Amino acid sequence: MSDSSLGILLIWIFVFAYSILGSIDFGAGFWSMVFAGRQGSTAADIANRYLSPTWKVTNVFLVLLVVAFVGFFPFAMPMLSSLLVVPVCLVLLLLALRSTFMVYSQMSAKYVAQLRIVSGVTGLLIPGLLITVLPVTLGGFVELREGHLQVLADKLLTSRTLYAHLGFGIASELFLSAVFLADYARESEDRQAYGIYRNIAMTIGPLTLLTGMLAAVAMNPEAQWIVERMKEQWIWFALSALFFVAGYSALWWKGRGGWTGVPRAAVVLVIIQYAMASFGYGSAHLPYLIYPHMTVEQGFTNHAMFVSLLAGYSVSTLVLVPVFIWFWLLFLKDKRYLKP
Amino acid sequence: MDHVQLARSLFGSSMAFHIIFATLGVGLPLMIIAAEVLFQLRKDSDYATMARRWTKGFAILLGVAIPSGTIVGVMLALLWPGFMKIVGQVISLPFQIEIWAFFLEALFMSIYVYAADRLSPWMRIVSVVFVAVGATGSAVLITDAHAWMNTPRGFTIADGKITNVHPWAAVFNPSFFNTALHVSLSGYMTGAFAIASIAAWKLLSRNREPRETAYHRKGLMLALVIGGVMSLATALNGHSTAQMLHQYEPEKLAAAEGLFETQAYAPLAIGGIVDKESREIKGAIEIPGALSFLAGNRFDTVVKGLNEFPVENWPPLFVHTLFNLMVMLGSLLIVISFGALFYRWRKKRPLPGWMLRVLVLTGPMSLIGIETGWIFSCSARQPWTIYHIQRTAEAATASQNLGTLFILFIGLYVMLMCITILVLWSYFKRNPVHAELTVKHMGHSGR
Repeated sequence: MSDSSLGILLIWIFVFAYSILGSIDFGAGFWSMVFAGRQGSTAADIANRYLSPTWKVTNVFLVLLVVAFVGFFPFAMPMLSSLLVVPVCLVLLLLALRSTFMVYSQMSAKYVAQLRIVSGVTGLLIPGLLITVLPVTLGGFVELREGHLQVLADKLLTSRTLYAHLGFGIASELFLSAVFLADYARESEDRQAYGIYRNIAMTIGPLTLLTGMLAAVAMNPEAQWIVERMKEQWIWFALSALFFVAGYSALWWKGRGGWTGVPRAAVVLVIIQYAMASFGYGSAHLPYLIYPHMTVEQGFTNHAMFVSLLAGYSVSTLVLVPVFIWFWLLFLKDKRYLKP
Repeated sequence: MDHVQLARSLFGSSMAFHIIFATLGVGLPLMIIAAEVLFQLRKDSDYATMARRWTKGFAILLGVAIPSGTIVGVMLALLWPGFMKIVGQVISLPFQIEIWAFFLEALFMSIYVYAADRLSPWMRIVSVVFVAVGATGSAVLITDAHAWMNTPRGFTIADGKITNVHPWAAVFNPSFFNTALHVSLSGYMTGAFAIASIAAWKLLSRNREPRETAYHRKGLMLALVIGGVMSLATALNGHSTAQMLHQYEPEKLAAAEGLFETQAYAPLAIGGIVDKESREIKGAIEIPGALSFLAGNRFDTVVKGLNEFPVENWPPLFVHTLFNLMVMLGSLLIVISFGALFYRWRKKRPLPGWMLRVLVLTGPMSLIGIETGWIFSCSARQPWTIYHIQRTAEAATASQNLGTLFILFIGLYVMLMCITILVLWSYFKRNPVHAELTVKHMGHSGR
């Protein structure tokens, strides 16, 4: 494998990790808002119990993604920055609102409902905005003017591609977070919250598949190249569909202790489903970072830097893995935290 | 404003906002460690109360520090693509390692706050130590990138092409240790004086119970000891930072001191306005020979003046005022904190009201000192983004539509600042310290 392929593979891992963690994080914020006022329901508590210790860690993954991208592909920055400065700055603005309001709501019991609305709504908008980056990198919405790439905003905003991507992003966020929270409720042995999140997952599940296919079909004429490429990578998408069926059906499997559904299996299978699909998409996207202006190879850093980056990532992963495991045991496993 | 000016304004104001929270985020964990350790050593539950309440405040501030840090981190990549292109080839290591320090801080902060009641006392201290290690580590590593911008090393550049890259030589560039130490020490100082301000403020208010008075006095003394030591250490280290400027960035030192003529026995100018037209400093108090001594420990050290350099490479001359402000505030903080400690040691009496009033100002003074220091260091590097390698105009994005974003972000910062103060205020008003002191609970509670 060449340096640049290894680099883009690492970036893919980080993008994938953040899209899963971010979906669960933003989705949990959204569900916490939806169920906030409901008397006698613990659905909001479950979402908050997960969010309180984890949102900071999830947020670091976003920074990791950006920093890793700049580290591995510095030559892509001039081109990407002019494309992304507006949408990403809007994401940052919303993200700041969301995180701060979430912290404020933990400190001020009186305004908790209003504060949660802000963090819930922004939690829905952020993944939507983030996923618009994808159609932009596919070409067709980008024009070379005076040596600089510019987004054709009006063309983008009126394209069905964008809205198909948006629908797919939001459906995925809500589905992933519902499946995850069902599992978290199962771990907390909270039958009522489990029932709520399981129902949501059952409703939204097929929608993710539908919007996903729609996003591929609704691709604008200029981006037909990736549709062709995706057809070549059909095996990944077929596997993804298979894992979806398995994961979705796990919501009905017979669990231990008289629970309907095995949410842990559902979470794992659904994550594999997304891994397969995004790997297929990523492979189809290669060798381009931005079609047809920038390839992976053109954006790549030098060998010396690449080697020291790899060394850095290896050492720091070894250092952090035990901490992550301890964190997981304390907040996702320990019954004293899950059932106060 | 052209787009370079707009990019600078947007990024500069984002940094100015972020460093308030980031600096407190470096300083407060040290205070929390000190309180936790004192609690374990002296078994005085007041210190446990301090640690718990400071952690609450810290958690709110961190709620702003993390997203604002995310903003500057991502904006750096978007607004300065030309700079990032070189960064990615030469100095991406500290940014990357910083992520792991950031992880450490985020993970252990959650553990310390939300799992405190499930940890043994010493494990709790270990957790908060790692929070501090993560916070200081982040600050040190980001400062490393800043230091590299002042003293770039670890590569050769010819016709804009970068070759012969040595990533670790870039990391350990000559100004790294001094600058990182300066940032960390001043961060610890700011955290301590922020606490001192609040404690002094509380001691000035009427209708206190004796328990409450004792509590705030202990907090104030702890803050003054740490703040005093750190402010002195910051000043000593500041001296070697100035010598480093003399060696590696002479035009920055010349602009800081408003020195035009290259000379031995150069005077130190305090105050005054640097005039570009007449090439002299007006209305300053000059201490003969002091600048030469400061720069090289000898009065006959030759200090380079601005006349040595082409005018288009001069930093903006207002940096002299920023530099003066920073040094003045730092020196005042040393005098105030050691003055108060000396009074307490000699007279063995509670500090008088006027002294408490002065102490209320130490927190804001430290923050202003930090702000002026950063603005000085970044403005006095101009017109360069990477010293003698890349000009700021070459580093900036080509994107033209930054005006609206600038206004949006200023609005965001003003709003967040107001709400954060409001939330802090109302939280500590609803949970007054006397309630916690009367109901003595030894263990920590999570939320």
